[in-house]
Parts: sequence; structure tokens; C-alpha cells
Amino acid sequence: MKVPLSWLKEYVDIDITPEQLEEKLFGCGFEVEELIRLDAEIDRVVVGAVTECEPIEGTHLHLCKVDCGEYGKDIQICTGADNVYVGMHTPTALDGSTLPGGVVIKAKPLRGIPSAGMLCSGDELGLNDDLFPGAEYYGLLDLPKDTVPGTPIASVVGLDDCIFDISVTANRPDCQSVLGIAREVAAILDKPLKMPATDYRVTGEHVPGFSIRVDAPDICPRYLGHQVRDLKIAESPRWMKRRLALCGLRSINNIVDITNYVMLEIGQPMHAFDREQLESDCIIVRRAKEGEPITTLDGKEFTLSPENLVICDGEKPVALAGVMGGLNSEITENTHELLFEAAKFARDSVRRTARSLGQNTDSSSHFEKGISEYSVELGMDRALHLIDELGCGKIGPDRYDCDAGEPKEGKTFKASLPRINAILGIEVPEETALDILRRLDFKAENDGGLLTVTAPRFREDIEVGEPDLSEEIIRMYGFDHITPTFLTDSTVTNGGKRPEMKTADRVKRSLCGQGFCEAMTMSFYADEDLDALHIAKDAPERNVVRIVNPINANMTIMRPLLAPSLLKVVVTNLKKGNTEGRLFELANVYAPKEQPITELPKETQHLGLAVFGSEEDFFSVKGALEDLAEDLALKFSYERAEDVPYLHPGIAAWVVCEGERIGCFGKISNLMTKELDLPKDSKENQKIFLGELDYEKLAAHIPAQIRYQPIPALPDVSRDLSLVAAEEVSCGAVENEIRKACPQVSAVELFDIYRGIQVGPGRKSMSFKVSFRQDEKALDQETEERYVKKILGNLKYRLGVEIRA
Amino acid sequence: MAMEDRIRELRARMEDALAKAENKEQLAEVWQNYLSKKGQVADLMKGLGSLSPEERPAMGKVINEFKGLAQARYEARAAFLEAAELEKRNRAERVDITLPARKRPAGNLHPITITKNEIIDVFAGMGFEIFESPEIEDDDHNFTRLNVPKNHPARDMQDTFYVADDIVLRTQTSAGQIRYMDEVKPPLKVLVPGRVFRSDSDATHSPMFHQMEGLVVDEHITLGDLQGMLDVFVRGIFGPEVKTRLRPSYFPFTEPSAEVDVSCFQCGGKGCSLCKHTGWIEILGSGVVHHSVLKSCGIDPEKYSGFAFGIGIERIAMLKYSIGNIGLLFENDLRFLKQFKD
Repeated sequence: MKVPLSWLKEYVDIDITPEQLEEKLFGCGFEVEELIRLDAEIDRVVVGAVTECEPIEGTHLHLCKVDCGEYGKDIQICTGADNVYVGMHTPTALDGSTLPGGVVIKAKPLRGIPSAGMLCSGDELGLNDDLFPGAEYYGLLDLPKDTVPGTPIASVVGLDDCIFDISVTANRPDCQSVLGIAREVAAILDKPLKMPATDYRVTGEHVPGFSIRVDAPDICPRYLGHQVRDLKIAESPRWMKRRLALCGLRSINNIVDITNYVMLEIGQPMHAFDREQLESDCIIVRRAKEGEPITTLDGKEFTLSPENLVICDGEKPVALAGVMGGLNSEITENTHELLFEAAKFARDSVRRTARSLGQNTDSSSHFEKGISEYSVELGMDRALHLIDELGCGKIGPDRYDCDAGEPKEGKTFKASLPRINAILGIEVPEETALDILRRLDFKAENDGGLLTVTAPRFREDIEVGEPDLSEEIIRMYGFDHITPTFLTDSTVTNGGKRPEMKTADRVKRSLCGQGFCEAMTMSFYADEDLDALHIAKDAPERNVVRIVNPINANMTIMRPLLAPSLLKVVVTNLKKGNTEGRLFELANVYAPKEQPITELPKETQHLGLAVFGSEEDFFSVKGALEDLAEDLALKFSYERAEDVPYLHPGIAAWVVCEGERIGCFGKISNLMTKELDLPKDSKENQKIFLGELDYEKLAAHIPAQIRYQPIPALPDVSRDLSLVAAEEVSCGAVENEIRKACPQVSAVELFDIYRGIQVGPGRKSMSFKVSFRQDEKALDQETEERYVKKILGNLKYRLGVEIRA
Repeated sequence: MAMEDRIRELRARMEDALAKAENKEQLAEVWQNYLSKKGQVADLMKGLGSLSPEERPAMGKVINEFKGLAQARYEARAAFLEAAELEKRNRAERVDITLPARKRPAGNLHPITITKNEIIDVFAGMGFEIFESPEIEDDDHNFTRLNVPKNHPARDMQDTFYVADDIVLRTQTSAGQIRYMDEVKPPLKVLVPGRVFRSDSDATHSPMFHQMEGLVVDEHITLGDLQGMLDVFVRGIFGPEVKTRLRPSYFPFTEPSAEVDVSCFQCGGKGCSLCKHTGWIEILGSGVVHHSVLKSCGIDPEKYSGFAFGIGIERIAMLKYSIGNIGLLFENDLRFLKQFKD
């Protein structure tokens, strides 16, 4: 919120520098986001009096002599402006001066004639008509003749001011105004607050028969109306225009300006209706009817619903409550009578209307933050005072007041000073605490440390009890009074990660050890990302948690799989020239328990893997998984996965742990490789592997406790077997059969595969090293032969595999 | 021929043969010819029979001496050849040690995880349990029980993603406070790390980011304790010289509330671009737990008090590693990820 220092000074004496004030506000909870000095960019620009002025033959230029007081009595400057005249006082930018926008003025010849600076227009100083009359004239700014040559220009045109752009926290809507901030500043500096005048003379007459009715007191607890007649629509006075301009508002006419001025000053949004455009003598505040139309002041048309609160003239809506007035009752040059509105509308009602119609205004923003009834009353009185002061019309005697009966006093409650100190952990001297409350307009009666406190009316945020008071006291007393302590009085607790988090750390570390980098991707993506993986439209993964209000079209669903995210990461890396890599992510995937969603969706941790690069193949990824299993004291086995939509049907596997499928991995399908978002010639050779494991299933198999297993006294005995099998017999099948045939087998390791004439077409020879455990005593030759025979017998019988001759 | 002559002649031939032997095979041949049982040196002994008994002992000695010499010559040649062989092999096996290494460098954790773990380590040491809670939350846990009832203006402070009427992507790990206090009663210290979501995206905001909520509830907990504990945290993460500063702020679930700044660890508080020339960097929000939050978890605020703080993990990581744009953290460019060896 923008607060000009000059305006602030009207309500409180400020005897410190703007920087000091900024620091004090900051310390009390009001962060000044920016301290804007209006003359920050202006340097060496002074009042100059034109003493000579001659047109330069053959040009549009004038050659002037300018009196700039102490900077030179006789400075020669060329100007192209045609309104220059002898005796004119005008802003003069001297040699080496700066102007807004980073403009630097140097002495240099113009059309060959030396010129020691520049005479300026209002626009060149960053002024407009509201800030300084005549500033928008296309030509030099004609300053009053009583200005003294050589005076720095900022003080002459009112740019010796600064604006505090203050961020006000959501609990302090009472500070969304110049007066509100002034009140805080007065408390900080312990100075009296000079309230703006709210008195006015009633000169109009009673209007019989007019009434105001509120049909929705739940969302409009207070509504004030007041009529003004015999209006004189005119320009606003200079001081008012200037203040509006400093806060970024354009002057329209005296009436509109008064409503805006009161909003900025008091924080109360006001509205003025053209009384003669109201179709009856009755204003009704009610919920809109379904489909009811309104055209707002800015010419936009809306179709309303009962969610929207409207002000009606008995027939039709004439304003969208708290948001904007209707075009049909706008104040115009021809308005003779007006009805002022000052009201309190419920925050959420205004918010919903403003949001749903996309009509966010200064007014709606104030209402959304919260308006107190105190400001409703103050705002109306202040507006009428300004009508009177500016002589814009005759104020009637009738005040229409619709009041739902909310309390008109600040909250009164008891609070104990020792308990306030117990929250803060320090002893705030009693008189200091009481003084702070007084400065903040709290009434506090002290009975031996037990206070009876009445909060000011405008502080609707104050909650009954010590915490709120402790907050008020410490922010004024200063957080630097807090002494750091370390739980002097508390119980020892046991800290650390839960076991499942430690397990996750182990998994991550293990993968890092195999060259995987941890990735982190967004938890949301779009349906198109599932399309890209050829996930069928009726697949279970398509039943997703959908975001009602996504930030953009790429982030509309909570992801059911990590694979799409990781594939995108791979493509991003390839595009950036990273030709190989290994990545993993351990993160949640989401599934609704029902549709439409009524309870919290299921969140399951998945472990996603992505491996790419020319050195990688199915078996290097498989190796990574086996090493992971080894690290976790698990054993994986594999089943061919032919129906994972995004994986190559021949180069993909289900990962099985203790009989349970826990996920899959493999090369991405050829179709997907073709569809990758990569240059055509670089796609075909890409080797990209994706894996996705249900981490929770995996983790469930990890042994919780390590138990020592005795080491066999004798080393294993091994035997090499070369076996001939039909091509379709898999290595895994042979290995399984070997293990099944003989429980003494401790390891089976394939070390060679041969295909060729020696074994014949459609067949292959596989050489295994088979190891046998020796339990108590050494394995004798005879027993070993028996084992081998059993193995070979089973292999032949079950798989048609024979020993190679 | 006299025995001496035979020996001399044999010696000359053998030495010649040894000198010509260039490898193990040829050497073995020499051994076979001269030194084996059937070799020519052994034959000399057979010649002794033709000598008179008086001559035999002296000649036997001469032959034995020659036998010893022949043996030694042979061994010397064998050793020489072996050394030559080894030398040759070494030469053949010699590599260019400046050729590139064959590597499988270890990967590393994401900077967010590293930062998260560092923060956890500091607080775990102070007795904080680490607790995780759902990323998709109901309105009740994310807002209402945190003293943000429906229509509360603080709801506007955060742009919330909805997945159903009363179900949101959690906007803050504070939601985990409530879940923890439903499970565990005071005295308690807990840290809730996790993903949070807000509809906001620019150089410093990501629609998904990570927070770490800390909560302490016990008897006699004060604002001073909050500052004391944050001092420990800040020194643990940013270094022993770094100072903290509390300043008033507003969060609905704490009262009093404080924003916490640390003295700029880049310039030491003198003012630089990192701290926007203020000497201070905002790092977290905190405060004394609001009575209504304790009450909503069935904890008596008359008996117990507590403090809470919320740390933005990305913010800490970006400060620690001088990362200027939050987008880098989620782009997963390997050239970025691989920089964070810890």
C-alpha cells in the first residue's frame, strides 16, 4: 500500500528521517517494500528565469539567457519549445544534471549553437496535471513568478516527498489506509494522532419517503446511506488531486475523487449513486437473482447469480456490492443529487464475487481484507465533511442506517501481565507494557498485574487473551529485547528419523553408489504425458487425482506414475547435450480412492529409474537393480514383461521379490523412441531405459534386523557344465531347474553362450559354473557325481537340455 | 683323446650351445644334451672306467668340478634368459598411463535432499523426531485446525490447489503439526519435511517446493526458547558467526509471530547483492503456537505452550549453494545435479 510522507504528516508530527521511519515501521511489523523518493532521479535541476529570448533564424529554436541564481545569472540555453518568453520561470536542467528515466543532460551545441543545459517540460520531470497544474502542457513548464531562480526544482513542484510502499499483514486491515498507518506511526513515536475532520453542516432538507433495506444482513451487517443535493460537479482542489496522484489514482471530478480519497485516507470504500437514476425511493441490498444482468461502470456486462450481493433501486441492480457501481447510476456532469454509500460487506462474499466475475477492484480488495464498522461510520462522515469543505452540494439531514446489530464497542477482556511475560520469556516492565497498550489505543486497567483491557474498535483482529497482547507488546517493545534461551525447563525427547526414512536413505545411497543421480520432478503433469507413454485410456493409471484449478495446462493431474516425469528429464538432458546418465527419483504417486473424490487419495512412494547412453543396455540396468537388491539383503527374480505399454515387449521385465511383482523396467518401446521430442536423426540410436518400482512393496521385504549367519567351514566346490538347449529355453529357466534339482547348489553362474554349427541350428550351448555347499564334511567325488547326475536328469526331463558332448 | 681334452672340448661346445640358446625350449635342449642323466656331462663319468684305478680319483674330481661349473653356467644362462623374458614382457605390457580412465563415478543426492538432511541432523540432535504426513490434505488439517477457518483472509495469502471441495494439495507442512499432535501428546518436538504446493511460479517460486515444519510443545515454552533454538539451527547450517534477528509478522497459527532473518553470510552484514544491501536475509517464519491450534489437537493451552517454525528448503539450498533460479532445482540437468557431492 502506498502512503505519501506528506499526507502522513497531516495526522502525526514526524520528526525523524524517512529512513528512520522505515526502520521503525519494519521493527513493528510493517515492512516497507520500497521507499520511493519522488526526486530520486532528479539532480541539478533548478528554477531558471528567462532573461533573454531570441528566435534563431531558419530553425524552430530559441536562444535564451537564463538566470539560475547561484548557478549562473547568464546561462545560454537553446530550446525548441515555442511557449518560451522573457520573464518565464521554468525548470532548468543544468550541465551534468539528471532527469527521470536515467536521462543525463550535458552542455553541447544545438545546431552549432552552444547550449549549457535544457529547459524542461512537466512531463520531463515526471509530473502530470494532478501532481502539478499545467504539467501536461506540451511545452515548457511555466512556474509561478514568485519562485526563486536557483532553487532546486523538487521543492518547487512538490517532488520533495517520498512514498512508503508498505506491505500490511493480513491481520491488520485497519492499516490499509493512510490514517491507519498514521495511527501506528503515532504509537511508534508516541505522538498524538490528529484525526481528520468529520464535521459537516446540514443544509439540505428532509426527503420524505426514501428508505434503505438490507435483505441479506448476514453478508451486509452495516449499510449507511446519505443524500446530497444541489450538486456542483467540478474539478477537485489541487491538494486532493495531488494526493490521489501520489497514490496512483487519476482525478475524475470532485464527487468521484471524494469517494476515492476517503478510501485511501480512511480505508473505507465509498460509492456514490446518481439519485435521479434510481427508479424508486427505495434501496434494497439483496442477493442477485439467477441470471440477473448488470453493466458495471467500466462498461463490462455480467450475468449474476445468488452468490453475488447487489444493491438495487427497487427494480434493478445499480451496483455490485463492494466491487463496482453500475453504469446505470453513474455520477455524471449532469448529476444533481447523489446517495453516498458506506457499508461493511462480508469478506468472503466480496471475494467470491470479485473472483468469479474476474472483477478485482481497489474496493473489493479493501473489503476482502476486512472493513470495520468504525471505518463505515468514519468514512461516511469524512465524505460528507469533504462535500461541505469543497462546497459541492447540500447535505441532507437524513442518515439511513441499516444495522445488523454487531457490537459497537471494542472487545473487553481480562489478561495477566505475568502470563504475557511467560509467553515472551522476559520481564517487560509493567509501566512499559501499559504504556505500549495506551499508545496503541487499548484501554487497560491494572489490578496488580491483572489487566482489564478494552481493544480499540478498529482492531477487529484482536482475540481475547494474553497471546494477542503479548504480540502487541513485543512488537512495540522490540524483539531485540528477547533473550535467547534453550528450553531451560523442558523434557528430554528422543530425536531422529523413523526407520522407514532411514531405509529410504539406504536405498538412495545405494543407487548413488551405482552412478545414479537423484532427480526431483513436479508431482503433477498432464494427461498428454500419459498419452506419450501409450497408457491405455481405460488403464487403471488413468483414474487420476485431477487439480480443479491448475496453474497451467501442463500441470493438471497428480501423477499416477513417475516414468513420464523421468522420460521428460531424459529428453531434456539429451537436448542439452548430456549423452548419458543414470537418474532416480523416490517420490509419491497418487490414486483416488473413489470418483468424485471425497476422501484423501492414496499416496504411494514409487522408485523411478531412468538410464540412457550408448554404454547402457538391459543388463547394465538389471545389474544396477541386482546390486541394489544385494545392498538391501534382497533377491530379485524376473519375469518377461510384454505388456507394459511404454516398454519394448522383448526387452522388459517384471521385477519379482519373494514372489511378489514390485515393478518393471526395460528399454522404452521402439514406437516411443520414434516419437521422442528430439531431432529426427538423433532418435534412432537412443538407448533409454525406464524402471518403476512400488517402493513400499520393495521396502516391505527389506529385513528389519540383521542376524549373523555362521560361515561354512569348508569352501564351496564348483563344477562347470556345458549344456545344449533349444533357443527358446531361457537361461533363467535352466538356472531355476538346477537349483530345484539339488538343494545343495549354492550358486549357478552362466559364463558362456555358444551358437553355431557344433550345436546345430535353433540350439545354443550354455556353460554354467555350478557351486555346491559343503556342510559338515567334505563333499566326496561320488556324492558330487550323484548331484550332477540328478541335475542333468531333471534338465533333460523338464527342459530337454542335454550335456554338451 | 685325453680326458682333459675331452672336458675342454665339451666345455667349449656346451658354452657355445648355452650362448646360442635364446629361449626356454632351446635352453631345455641344452640341458637335455649336456646336463641330463643321459647327457654328455654324465657320459664323462662313464669314461672313468677306462682309466687306471690310480688315475680315477683325481680325474673323478676334475669331472665333478666340471659338472659343477657346467651346472652353474646353465643356471646363469637360465637366469639371464628369464630376466630377458620378463623384461620383454614388461615392455610389451607397458601402457600409456595418461590414457583416459574407465569410470563409473558415483551419483549423488539432490541438493534439496542434502539440505533437508543437514537440517534434520541439526534438529535430530536436539531431540526432534522426524515425521512425514500426506501431501494431499483435507481442508481441516491444512487450514481450519491451524486457525485458518473458512473465509479467513489468510487463505488468500496462499494460492491453494484444490482437488475436491475440501481436499487440497497441502500449502504448508504445518498440516503435519496437526497430524503429529493427534498421534503424540506433549512433551514433543517434531520436524515435518515434505513437498508443498502453491499456485505460484517465477524465479523464486515454484508451484511445488519443500518445507520443513518444526514444532515444540511442552510446559513453559517461551519466545526466548524459539530464538535460542533457531540460533543453534542457523549456526549449524550457515556457520558460527551468523546471527539471527526476529521481527514481527503474521501467521494465523502462531501468536506472537516472527519472521526470522540471518545476518548475511556472504558479506557479514555489511550489505551486498545477496542481502539486497540490507545485511540481513529472510529465511523462515515462526512464532508461539496459537491457542486454538493446541486446542484443536486436544492439548490444554493453559498447561502447555509451544513454538513452531517453517523453513523453505529450496530457499536454504539456494542460499547455501548460490543458486539464483529455483527452476534449476527441478529441471534435473545432469550437469547441475552432479555438482552436489556431499
